[in-house]
Amino acid sequence: MSETLAPENEVATVAVMNQLPGRDVRAESPLYHAEMDKLAARNPRAGGVLLRELKLLGHLTLRGSQDNQSFMSGCEAVLGVALPTQPLTSVEKGSVSVRWISPDEWLVVLPGDQAFEVERGLRAAIEGHYSVVNVSGGQTILELSGPNAIDVLKKSTALDVHPSQFPVGKVAGSVFAKSTALVRRSSEDTWELVIRRSFADYLWLWLQDASREYGLVIKS
Amino acid sequence: MFYIYCPHCREHREEEEFHAKGQAHIARPADPDNCTDEEWGNYVFFRKNPRGLHHELWYHSTGCRKFFNVTRDTVSYEIKEVYKIGEQPQVVAKG
Repeated sequence: MSETLAPENEVATVAVMNQLPGRDVRAESPLYHAEMDKLAARNPRAGGVLLRELKLLGHLTLRGSQDNQSFMSGCEAVLGVALPTQPLTSVEKGSVSVRWISPDEWLVVLPGDQAFEVERGLRAAIEGHYSVVNVSGGQTILELSGPNAIDVLKKSTALDVHPSQFPVGKVAGSVFAKSTALVRRSSEDTWELVIRRSFADYLWLWLQDASREYGLVIKS
Repeated sequence: MFYIYCPHCREHREEEEFHAKGQAHIARPADPDNCTDEEWGNYVFFRKNPRGLHHELWYHSTGCRKFFNVTRDTVSYEIKEVYKIGEQPQVVAKG
């Protein structure tokens, strides 16, 4: 049975669809119910921790071998930036950021309305064994900033977040509260957490509690 | 608590990021259709439980989600070495 499928004749059939239904349909982020826009409008202006949801962005999980030239050059051509091959690093260009997850896996984050176009571009540009999956609906990003953001992280994760161990641009997946998060330091006092949709509410409650002693300011 | 070096992330991380997956280097029988029950039983159920050096499979579940091997002393709990899947251990028990 299996001998009839020669690898070189195999054509991958993948159902590719635009996951955005259209502008007239209201999109709800995983923290839609928290009504962060309303909280931001009536919040105090001062506080040690600033929180906002970077919502409804496009998330693409890219998998492929670094030895596959077509994969590496195709990604660079379509994304406009080369995939970071150094472990635990990220690159950013314009509105596109790429996080290293493992030696053969990257997370591309880009504006939500570009995800479909970029996914199609990647499929056209890459040959060989690879995978592109749009996971936009499965996760969201929380951005913590302010002078005490690092203190909230210290309470929440086992990662060493000291600047000597966690420089700007570093990415690390770890335990966060009783959930997990992909933590990235995007600037000196700004941290991005890529979290799972199903844990978003739990982490939202956790972060409110963990930030209380420093004063939490919600930004829209 | 262990402080484990992940060979893919190339840094030490806390144990809670990892899962222990038991004994390493368990080869599936090459010809499973013609195995005796004893060979299958040994492959599926029977594991070493040494006092001293033990080669284990670990999984970086919240990090890079890769499997790798650890050589650990079960008496002192000291991790002697960490090596990737497909590689052979350098630290092995004598005899």
